[in-house]
Amino acid sequence: MDRIGASVLTISPGRPFRASLTTFGALVWSGFRRYATYRQATIAGSFTNIVFGFLRCYVLLAVAAGAVGNRPAGYDVEQLATYVWVGQGLLAVTGMWGWAELADRIRTGDIASDLLRPVPPVVSYLAADLGRALHGVLTRFLGPVLVGLLFFPLVTPQRWQTVPLFVLSVLLAVVGCFGCRFLINATAYWLQDARGPQMLWTLGSGVLAGLYFPLRLLPEWLTVTLWVATPLPGLLQTPLDVLVERDPPALQAGLVALQAIWAVLLIWLATVVQRRAERKLVVQGG
Amino acid sequence: MIQMRELRKDFTVRVKAGRLRREKRTVSAVDGIDLTIEPGEMVGYIGPNGAGKSTTLKMLTGVLSPSSGEVSVFGLTPVPQRTRLALRIGVVFGQRSQLWWDLPLGESFRLLRHIYRVPAAEHEARLRRCRGLLDLDAFLDTPVRQLSLGQRMRGELTAALLHGPRVLFLDEPTIGLDVVSKQAVRSFLAELGASGDVTLVLTTHDLADIERLCDRLVVIDHGRVVHDGTIEALHARYGSRRSLVVELDEPLPPGFTLPGASVTGVEADGHRVTFALDGSSSGAAVAALVAVASVRDLSVVEPDIEDVVARLYQAG
Repeated sequence: MDRIGASVLTISPGRPFRASLTTFGALVWSGFRRYATYRQATIAGSFTNIVFGFLRCYVLLAVAAGAVGNRPAGYDVEQLATYVWVGQGLLAVTGMWGWAELADRIRTGDIASDLLRPVPPVVSYLAADLGRALHGVLTRFLGPVLVGLLFFPLVTPQRWQTVPLFVLSVLLAVVGCFGCRFLINATAYWLQDARGPQMLWTLGSGVLAGLYFPLRLLPEWLTVTLWVATPLPGLLQTPLDVLVERDPPALQAGLVALQAIWAVLLIWLATVVQRRAERKLVVQGG
Repeated sequence: MIQMRELRKDFTVRVKAGRLRREKRTVSAVDGIDLTIEPGEMVGYIGPNGAGKSTTLKMLTGVLSPSSGEVSVFGLTPVPQRTRLALRIGVVFGQRSQLWWDLPLGESFRLLRHIYRVPAAEHEARLRRCRGLLDLDAFLDTPVRQLSLGQRMRGELTAALLHGPRVLFLDEPTIGLDVVSKQAVRSFLAELGASGDVTLVLTTHDLADIERLCDRLVVIDHGRVVHDGTIEALHARYGSRRSLVVELDEPLPPGFTLPGASVTGVEADGHRVTFALDGSSSGAAVAALVAVASVRDLSVVEPDIEDVVARLYQAG
């Protein structure tokens, strides 16, 4: 048994950063693998996204047909169609809805196992979520975008920087969205059950992230307030606006920078909340 | 290695007091525990439901912060130094899983290697040993959600050991397991403990676990230590005695006494008699008995730890 028995751990001395990166990478991969297990759910989810894509697209195109100059909120028809279909694809990438894993683990007390690992929970959940998002890009994103391309005229980006900025914006949307969801789930530390906050989140995020309609349809003072005072437009509206080139390049870069600030703020907040929670934590059950 | 001094954990519960009013009440789950555990010890930590066993374990592993008192493991204070402590301890909660529900067992192990940053060679060597001793090969590729409880528990034990912890905390590791799986887990732990360089703290309701594995028994009740010592010391303290059960052709004559033993039960019209042995050897008692009565059958029954513990719990 001696070999199973203890030996002082050697934790890659001298290369802590690289070791951390390897750990993070392994956690990302685990997130990817966990979602890759459920193929039927992936197919069913894509199908739903596509059906709702048609609904949303026709509604917005009808709005466009009735608007002055066929440009509601400054979007032309191609931009609107792109907004809808890429948005449908991004839904599963940012994973805005339906994540209750942390809240469930708090409620059942399984959170104890997370605390017994040498990696802080915010880091391990973030890594796993990035893996989930990567899985989303490869499976759930492509379906709606391809269907959109087949049935509607979509925008082709004109500026060279649009695609890299879009990729960055999506990454920040994923991180920001994770931060929001972590905080919503973390209310379970105090409430035992996060279903109430989660319902509020589902309602609020759909409206205020620009899923149900582009936020630009709202009065300007309101859109500006939403953008600056809440992280929500950064979860969906910003990456889509970047892709359809709704604004001049400088403003687009500014919006992405705003996303970045919110992402950092949310992760920091998640860390603080987690630390607070650990201090008062009651692990449920024997 | 492990030290607890005046360790307490209070929980606030709200109790109904009238129609709308609720009163706050403080419940002490752990009520001043002093305990020192040396390296290499195998300690059984038992107590009735709600006695504070799991709460103590959670404080030792850094999952719960104590209300007052001191606790240190390897000189580290568990809650603030939790992540550092996590590298050196292994924990198995019998009622929870530390494995990833959706991943195959083998992949969970690989992930744990990266989380604990174990060098590949060490990881391989430990995994190979566990695979051999716990028969993991048949289900390494099965997702954890499809494993039976016994298989999962063997996986949990492996997962807790892959980073070579010096202390292993086991919270009811045999709960719900069948006899064969229990034996597998026990003999694995016995072998682990025999190597002498792993300290083991085990809570259980199955006293056979303790008898098989632990040389030290700590009994707690209502958050306090009520016994700390060997199993023999527990028997001695509570006067548990071995008993001699004899089946006779004829009932014993009235007024019969056996030196060094007392009658504790007479059944089947006096054809079956139970004596409690007061320290005298069973051989002497049997010889004395055979001299006066015709004995058809006899058996010597060891004191039952369950009885002793039951008495201990009820006294509390």
